[in-house]
Amino acid sequence: MAQGILQIACFCALIVAVVPLLGGHMARVFRGEHTLLDPVSGRLERGAYRVLGVDPTRQQDWKAYARAVLLFSAAGWLLLFVILRTQTLHPLNSGDFHSAPWDVTFNTVSSFVTNTNWQFYGGETTMTYVSQAVGLTVQNFVSAAVGIAVAVALVRAVANRRQDTRQDTPTDPNAGTIGNFWQDLTRAITHVLLPIAFIAALLLVGQGVLQTLGATAHGVARGPVASQEAIKELGTNGGGFFNVNSAHPFENPTAFSNLIELFLILVIPASLTATYGRMVGNRRQGWAIFGAMSLLFVISVAVVFAAERHGTPAQQLAGLVGGNLEGKELRNGTTMSSLFTAVTTVTSCGAVNSAFESLTGIGGLVPMANMAYGESVFGGVGTGLYTMLMYVLLAVFIGGLMVGRTPEFLGKKIEAREIKLVSLGVLATPLLVLLGSGVALATKYGAPSIYATGPQGFSETLYAYMSQANNNGSAFAGYTGFLQPNAGNLDSNGVTFADIVGGLVMLGGRFLPIIIVLAIAGSLTGKRVAPAGAGTLRTDTGTFGGLLIGVVVLIGALTFFPALLLGPVVQGLTTHLF
Amino acid sequence: MPLPKEVLTAIRAMVVLTLVLGLAYPLAVTGVAQVVMPGKANGSFIKQDGKVVGSKLLGVAPTIDTGRKDADGNPITAPDPAFFQPRPSATGYATDTSFFSNRGPNSDTARQFYKDEIAAYLALNAKSNPGLKASTIPVDAVTTSASGVDPDISIANATIQARRVAAARGLDLSKVMALVSDHTHGRFVGVFGERGVNVPELNLALSNQKAA
Repeated sequence: MAQGILQIACFCALIVAVVPLLGGHMARVFRGEHTLLDPVSGRLERGAYRVLGVDPTRQQDWKAYARAVLLFSAAGWLLLFVILRTQTLHPLNSGDFHSAPWDVTFNTVSSFVTNTNWQFYGGETTMTYVSQAVGLTVQNFVSAAVGIAVAVALVRAVANRRQDTRQDTPTDPNAGTIGNFWQDLTRAITHVLLPIAFIAALLLVGQGVLQTLGATAHGVARGPVASQEAIKELGTNGGGFFNVNSAHPFENPTAFSNLIELFLILVIPASLTATYGRMVGNRRQGWAIFGAMSLLFVISVAVVFAAERHGTPAQQLAGLVGGNLEGKELRNGTTMSSLFTAVTTVTSCGAVNSAFESLTGIGGLVPMANMAYGESVFGGVGTGLYTMLMYVLLAVFIGGLMVGRTPEFLGKKIEAREIKLVSLGVLATPLLVLLGSGVALATKYGAPSIYATGPQGFSETLYAYMSQANNNGSAFAGYTGFLQPNAGNLDSNGVTFADIVGGLVMLGGRFLPIIIVLAIAGSLTGKRVAPAGAGTLRTDTGTFGGLLIGVVVLIGALTFFPALLLGPVVQGLTTHLF
Repeated sequence: MPLPKEVLTAIRAMVVLTLVLGLAYPLAVTGVAQVVMPGKANGSFIKQDGKVVGSKLLGVAPTIDTGRKDADGNPITAPDPAFFQPRPSATGYATDTSFFSNRGPNSDTARQFYKDEIAAYLALNAKSNPGLKASTIPVDAVTTSASGVDPDISIANATIQARRVAAARGLDLSKVMALVSDHTHGRFVGVFGERGVNVPELNLALSNQKAA
């Protein structure tokens, strides 16, 4: 017990120590300032602008920025679809893998382009090395960079100070602008994701993670794993090279590799709060959000840790004494499996180092609750910060109503247009979750996907749509969308309903909030800044942090409590077997 | 017409980034890994007499042929008592595919599975461990690992099995326990992860012992 708490505390301390460092670095990167990485990264960056033919100093308004995001994502979607559907033509395809069926591919492509990395397939029996590296690894990078870019654009709009609004005339070329998408995308890759991923990949190989182009040898499936593993965690993607993800010894062989992976998952979402604080010129703003996120995170770790140590009814009724090790690796144990479970679901990573379907009832409730917060507690890279900032606007609005003043956020008036957009943004994802799982459960189309009986079957379905709509990607893995009798996809079939509805839910859960967030940015960026006065609702205090937590928890609870009762809560409260 | 240029930029960006992130980056990592640490990058294979006998990172159960055949004519195997047995596997210790057991916490089939695993563990170890019963069996010994090829077992599990292995091989228990302790790994910097015993390397050391 004490050993477990020590492990978790040391990990948290490590993150807190790195947040200001990486957060500061990212603030310099996205303000276009000089950084230590410029000798290498700067060269790559300038090369990219030349090839793309873009002028990074040309500012975009929110519509141009959103168009660039959507066009870039659409181009990525089409390219990945083509790559995955032409596997028979790929080199290094020593297992003669065919392509997966069209519906599974639709789901997979939508999954990786939206940073979800939900997987109905098992990597080592479905994907060629080319699909893994040239297809999926690339989306791991760029979908993460898109998330960061959108978050930075929103922060820029909030931070934008135009004291003298008379200059803000139509002749001002930068009026109403929020940055340049191509610059944000490029710098996120060259100055943040690529350098960290490269070093992390080599560290992981040093622990025993595979990195080879050699074919299956001695009956062992292999491949270029480490290069994908590093960005899978760093970009909060979560799509495993192997079916069992970071539980596989070739993805996560040691306690050190496990620590590296946990660190990679949390480090950018956590550090972006510090980036935000610096970009708005008040570091306490960043720490207030970090504090609110941390509190919800620590609670979720504590609950899942206690639940897993307690063990499951099935084990206890068989006469066993001890924690739940079903679907867990011994080197991770209950502690590091519990921590991983919390880390991967507060962020929208979705990589797992244990089987979520085999968590205890209450242990399985925690990932669902984390997703019910809309992935705002740290959240995905970028997506977490912009989702939390929507909650901040909501909290400012509610706080403003309570004290009877016009709500202002960092000096900018929050008006009807922003609150309408925020409400849409906050409700879009839960709506997709409940519609998706509702249709799947109420019609006969969802039944073929369900593996378990009783409330567990309900949990599987709810989890599937929560995970996909929130772009998380972790799963109660019994839920099926792909029937594959042989490795290499011959004679395989998709479960069309689950594949297509899941794919659409992921696309909606990604791009609706992005468009809404950019619209909010567009509406905030040109607003006049009122000086702070005695009656201003301060957003950098513990009180505001408390209000923020209240808003996040309340919205999550009101939306999902009835559904959660039917699945994990029932199982957590009973020793009855089904 | 601003739109066509934007489309062109998006396509160009996707192509360039695919070349950099999908080819240059994985190849650079592969190049460095293959030069600096080829053993680890290729699968941490372990060899006996120059022949690959498995991977240090993949726990596979050593079996003996019972001489009997099942209905399909395939030979029925049983765990080899002279070697340490890894944790139960949902995949039959497959090294070319992986999946979870997906046994739920309140599943009646899960309870039955544990009962069967407990009976099998007792059948194998009770003779050399008098007094062993369900409540004293280490949980890792009868629950399915996540990967199906968990290379580690707990020290408690190894200690119980060491008595059986020593008896089966006619070796001193102290000698077997010394090998167990040689292949026990601690926590990372004394804090992170769990202590465990690496089964593939321990079994390799055991069989080398026999040859000596």
